[in-house]
Amino acid sequence: MTLLTVERIKLFSTRSPWWCMIIATALTVGLTSVFAATTKPSDLPEFTPSVTQFAFNFGLVVMMVMATLAVTTEYRFSTIRSTFLAVPTRTPALVAKAVVVALLAGIVGEITAVGSWGIATLIQPDAPLTLDTAQEYRNVFGVGLLYLLSAVLALAVGLIVRQSAGAVVIELIYLLLLENLLPAIPRIGDHLQHWLPFAVGNNFIVAGQPETSDGPPVIEGMPFGPWGSLVYYAVVCVGLFVIGLILAKRRDA
Amino acid sequence: MIEAQGLTKRYGRTVAVNDLSFTVQPGKVTGFLGPNGAGKSTTMRMILGLDRPSAGTVRIDGRRYAELKQPLRQVGALLEAKWVHPNRSARSHLRWMAASNRLPAKRVDEVLEIVGLTGVAGKRAGGFSLGMAQRLGIATALLGDPGVLLFDEPVNGLDPEGILWIRRFMHRLADEGRTVFVSSHLLSEMALTAQELIVIGRGRLIAQTSTRAFIDMASESAVRVRGPEMERLHGVLTGQGLAVRDVPAGDDGPAALLVPNTSTEQIGELVGRVGLVLHELAAQRGSLEQAFIQLTGGEVEYHAGALAGAGNGSPSAGTPAAPAQLTGPPARGVQTAAADATRGGDAR
Ligand SMILES: Nc1ncnc2c1ncn2[C@@H]1O[C@H](COP(=O)(O)OP(=O)(O)O)[C@@H](O)[C@H]1O
Ligand SMILES: [Mg+2]
Repeated sequence: MTLLTVERIKLFSTRSPWWCMIIATALTVGLTSVFAATTKPSDLPEFTPSVTQFAFNFGLVVMMVMATLAVTTEYRFSTIRSTFLAVPTRTPALVAKAVVVALLAGIVGEITAVGSWGIATLIQPDAPLTLDTAQEYRNVFGVGLLYLLSAVLALAVGLIVRQSAGAVVIELIYLLLLENLLPAIPRIGDHLQHWLPFAVGNNFIVAGQPETSDGPPVIEGMPFGPWGSLVYYAVVCVGLFVIGLILAKRRDA
Repeated sequence: MIEAQGLTKRYGRTVAVNDLSFTVQPGKVTGFLGPNGAGKSTTMRMILGLDRPSAGTVRIDGRRYAELKQPLRQVGALLEAKWVHPNRSARSHLRWMAASNRLPAKRVDEVLEIVGLTGVAGKRAGGFSLGMAQRLGIATALLGDPGVLLFDEPVNGLDPEGILWIRRFMHRLADEGRTVFVSSHLLSEMALTAQELIVIGRGRLIAQTSTRAFIDMASESAVRVRGPEMERLHGVLTGQGLAVRDVPAGDDGPAALLVPNTSTEQIGELVGRVGLVLHELAAQRGSLEQAFIQLTGGEVEYHAGALAGAGNGSPSAGTPAAPAQLTGPPARGVQTAAADATRGGDAR
């Protein structure tokens, strides 16, 4: 508990987390409201809860950057050493940081998701946006869980790389390039895609629904259903974090 | 009390700290002296469990740092003033440190008061001057009211006022019975601050001794002589069993001879008796810093032997503690520092 308080004080006593939270929310909700406002009446029947979340990746990337910076700035300014002086076993402090950062990212994720969906219902009250099925609930409320786990993953990358620019670049290259390019490899590409962490993570939200032209991409033939996909993604994120913990404990601070 | 046993640290092929053993006793200020790159900071990081020793152990009151529960209550450290997020206020920084070891929040205001930062407690630490940052670092070290304190080059870059403040502060901490371990690369500074010295060079222990004994050892005097017939002069002096060293022409003047452990009177009479002409006969007290650099940077192994004897309580004037150290032209900065030491030393 004490260490959670410590990490909370640390996180909120600088400005960049606040900025990340504001940008993530504004970006996602803003893009959705523009989209909602410009949807043609003829397209309205296709404006489903899933489509209101088409922009969640933007906010997600911003919150991942926040999570990465939460640890790399500690290395940059050597406050990680102060942290390890206070908690020489290191692991409890880093776990506390992960919990605080992940919870915050999860909350922001829910805010962006509900905000996006809410503003869409306000702008287009006639669209089929009510949440009825489990699928539709997952479409909206599942986004927060993805944010939460992705924050753990981003923190782990920060812990391994220990350098802001490097860690963020690695994440962006992976997220925006590799996950999109790897499936293009002949023969094995498709198979590979079914096991790429972010593809599987996304599957938690969209599994079992038909692909729409405007909503998030849906990949056919994924190995897991929605909850299985979430577990797989969680294992990847936590696994990477454990590697980060082991390295942090072994390496000189 | 801090006890190091065979402490060794390798970074790739560099051996930063080499088989270092020493003890730091409570109740006095112990100086950790060595030139830049000698391994002082590395040793301090190992004491604090930040760097993992390649070999050896170091214990604080019998336990490794990682074994301490709520370590800030037992050990306080200032390794670098800038271990603070620049956008965080001084108070926020201290607040999270205090919370981590369950120290009461009011302790934050107390230590801010002690170091005189109360007025700027809400300001971003990034805007602090070096002196203020250093004070914030000291406040951090004092948070848990620890019995063991480590300071790595605390006066580096401070103005004279700040230096004096820190020096007095360390004395006070030691007088309260705490273990105070403070590193510096300036012998002149340590001469004023520390009662005990642990001297290292190139990662190895050179001496653990009282400051006084070390200074006596490091600053032996010599006599410089020069005349038109240098070879005869050389012969006469060595004929009397004196160690003589050639000093080539340089910034100090033309080529001359340097004779340690003697006096101008002795040499004057000696030379007068054989009727030699002298152009120069001068006592030279070696620059303390110069001597120290030679001791710690030069033939470390050789001197380690010579001084280990001194550490055992026999700082005899007869030990040939490297007369060569007195020959080189002293660097200007070093000279000033040494002069400062002399003045301060007299005042004490
Ligand atoms: N993290 C590191 N990686 C590689 N070499 C290092 C590291 N830290 C210190 N060194 C090397 O170890 C030696 C001792 O450094 P240091 O402990 O900083 O000396 P001092 O504090 O006495 O000036 C130096 O040669 C330095 O270059
Ligand atoms: Mg140093």
